[in-house]
Amino acid sequence: MTPKEGTLITPADLAGSGAQRNDPDIYGKFGRFGGRYVPEALIPALDEVAAEYEKAKNDLGFVREFEHLLRTYAGRPTTLTEVPRFAEHAGGARILLKREDLTHTGAHKINNVLGQALLTKRLGKRRVIAETGAGQHGVATATAAALMGLECVIYMGAVDCERQALNVARMKLLGATVVPVTNGSQTLKDAINEAFRDWVANVDHTHYLFGTVAGPHPFPEIVRDFARIIGVEARRQVLELTGRMPDAVCAAVGGGSNAMGIFHAFVDDANVRLYGYEAGGRGADTGEHALTLTQGSEGVLHGARTFVLQDEEGQTLESHSISAGLDYPGVGPEHAWLKDIGRATYEGVTDKEAMEAFALLARTEGIIPAIESSHALAGALRLGRELGPDAVILVNLSGRGDKDMGTAMKYFNL
Amino acid sequence: MTTLQAVFDKARAEDRAALVGYLPAGFPTKDGAIAAATAMVEAGCDVIEIGLPYSDPLMDGPTIQDAVHRSLTNGTRIADVLRTVEGVAKSGAATLVMTYWNPIGRYGAERFARDLASAGGVGTITPDLTPEEAEPWLAASKGAGIDTVFLVAPSSPEERIGKVVACCTGFVYAASLMGVTGARETVNAAAEGLVKRTKSLTSLPVCVGLGVGNGDQAAEIAAYADGVIVGSAFIRRLLDAPDEKSGIAAVRDLASDLARGVRR
Repeated sequence: MTPKEGTLITPADLAGSGAQRNDPDIYGKFGRFGGRYVPEALIPALDEVAAEYEKAKNDLGFVREFEHLLRTYAGRPTTLTEVPRFAEHAGGARILLKREDLTHTGAHKINNVLGQALLTKRLGKRRVIAETGAGQHGVATATAAALMGLECVIYMGAVDCERQALNVARMKLLGATVVPVTNGSQTLKDAINEAFRDWVANVDHTHYLFGTVAGPHPFPEIVRDFARIIGVEARRQVLELTGRMPDAVCAAVGGGSNAMGIFHAFVDDANVRLYGYEAGGRGADTGEHALTLTQGSEGVLHGARTFVLQDEEGQTLESHSISAGLDYPGVGPEHAWLKDIGRATYEGVTDKEAMEAFALLARTEGIIPAIESSHALAGALRLGRELGPDAVILVNLSGRGDKDMGTAMKYFNL
Repeated sequence: MTTLQAVFDKARAEDRAALVGYLPAGFPTKDGAIAAATAMVEAGCDVIEIGLPYSDPLMDGPTIQDAVHRSLTNGTRIADVLRTVEGVAKSGAATLVMTYWNPIGRYGAERFARDLASAGGVGTITPDLTPEEAEPWLAASKGAGIDTVFLVAPSSPEERIGKVVACCTGFVYAASLMGVTGARETVNAAAEGLVKRTKSLTSLPVCVGLGVGNGDQAAEIAAYADGVIVGSAFIRRLLDAPDEKSGIAAVRDLASDLARGVRR
C-alpha cells in the first residue's frame, strides 16, 4: 500500500513499512469485536463524530495542525532511551524506552486529546467531557480544553480522586470541573457510565473526549489513530539506533491506548512480537486483578463487544490494581481481536512485580516511571530473560511517575 | 398469558392509551417486586416491564441506579428475574423484561428467549441493542415466540427510525427526551414530534417513556401516543416509603392516578 499524503495513518514515517491500517469494518468491528451497543439516542452523535473524523483525517490542513501541536506543544518526537543498567536485570537483552513520559503533561494521553480537541472544534461543539482513572487523561483533556478555549467537565471515580489527589488539583487549576463519581465501584468504569449519561443529555453542544481505545465505534479507531504516532516514531528510532527491527514491543494494557499507540505501526511486521501486560493486582488467583484479556470472557461493556471481567450472568466484576490507570474490567476491542488472531500476547504483571520494576528503573537509570508503565517494564524484565542477550526489546514508557509518589511512599515506606 | 397485541387492541377499543409500568426485579425485595408490580396491575397498568438489574446501567438516572444497586445487593439473579416475570404474568398483565444486552448475551440468547417465554413473559425491551447487532436476538425471540421492543430517540433521523422499527414487534418505545431515565417536571415537547415521525414509518403502537411521573403528564401523552411508560416515579414511591407495605400502597395510588390519566 502506498502511503497517502494527508492522512494520519500513513505519513512519510511509514514509507516502506508496508503497514496496513487494520481499520474496523463499517459496523466498527475488528473481527467479531467492537461495534456499538449504546442507546439509540447516541447513534446520531457517534455517526457525526465518525463522519467528521473521516473528513478530518483526509484533510491535509487538519493533519498539519495536529502535527504542529504535537511538535510545538506536546514536545514530539519523544526520544528513545537505551537503559543498559536496567537491562542487566533482564538477562542482558537490549531494552529501549519510548519516552512518552517526556511529553507535555507527562503521559501519552496528550496525543489523543489534542487530536480530539481539534475534532471537537471541527464539530462546532464548545464543551468536552471525559472520564479519567489515574487522572492522566483528565489532566490531558483539561490541558487541551484550556489551550483551545473549551468548557471541560471530568468524571472521576471518588476512590480514584482520593488516590490521585494531585491530578485532581491539576485539573482544577487548568479550569476543569471535576465531578467525583460515587456510584458502583467508584473507579474508572463508573466514571465512564456517568460521562455517557452526561453526553446523552448534552450531545448537541458536547463532545465526549473518550480516553482510550475502548467504547463504541468510532472511538477505538480514533483514539488509536491519534496515539499511533508513538509507534511510528519508535519504529524509525529503533531502526536508526540498532539497524534492525525490535524482537518485541512491550506495553501496559488497561483500556489499551498506549499499547495500541505503540503496537499499531508494528502489526504487519510479522517478526516483531507484541506483548501487552495487564494488571495482575494481588495475583491471578486472588480475584483482585484487572486481567481482562487473560482471565476475562467475551462480552459487552461500555458500548463494545470485547473481553470483560464478568460473572456467569454478565454482571461486571470489580477490578483491582495498584495503578488507577489499569484498574478497568474491560479492554479495547482491537486488543481482543489481536489476541484472538494470535498476533499479540497478553500476560499479567502483579502489583508487586510492577512496583519492583518501578523502583529498579528509578535506581538504575534515574527515571521514575508511572506505575502503569512499570507493568510493561516488569514484563520486559521477564521477556529479556526469556529471549536472551541478543534480543532488542522496545518498551512504551507511557508516563512519568510523579503522580504516583503518594502510592510509592506508602508502598516503600519512603 | 396476555399478549401485547391484545393489550393494544383492548386499549384502542376503549379509546385510550395503554399504561406501562416498570420495576426492577429484586426491588425493594424479591417478593416485594412481585407484590408491587401486581398492585400496579390491579390499579390499572396494562403492561409491566421487569428490569433485569445490571451492574452498569448507563442510560439510567440516579433513581433506577439506586434501585438496581439495591436489587443486586439483595443477590438478584436471572432466575429471580424469571420468577418475578412468572409471578407478575399471573396478574393478567402482558409482562416484558427490560435489560441491557450483556446479561442476555452471557446467558445465551436462545436460552434466555426460551426461559422467558416459559415464565410467561411476552417479550423484551433492549435499550442498548442497536439494529446492527440485533440479529441473534431477533432470531432467538422469533423462535420462542416473544416480542422485541427497541427504542427510538428525539435525535433519531428518519433512516434510523426505519431501521429500529423494522426490528420491533409488539410496540415501539419512543424516548421522550435526550437524557437518562427519571421523572421530570414537564414532558419534553420533542416526544410528540417523535411519535408522529415514528407512526409515519410503522403501524405498530408507539409508547412514550422517560420523564413521566403523574396522571396529568400521562393524559398529555395519551393524546398522541398508544401507550405511556412510567418507571422512576414508581421506584421513587418505594424508595421514599418507611416500609414495604406503605411503599406498595403508594405505588398503587400512583398507578390509579396514571390509569385515570390515560383515560381522560
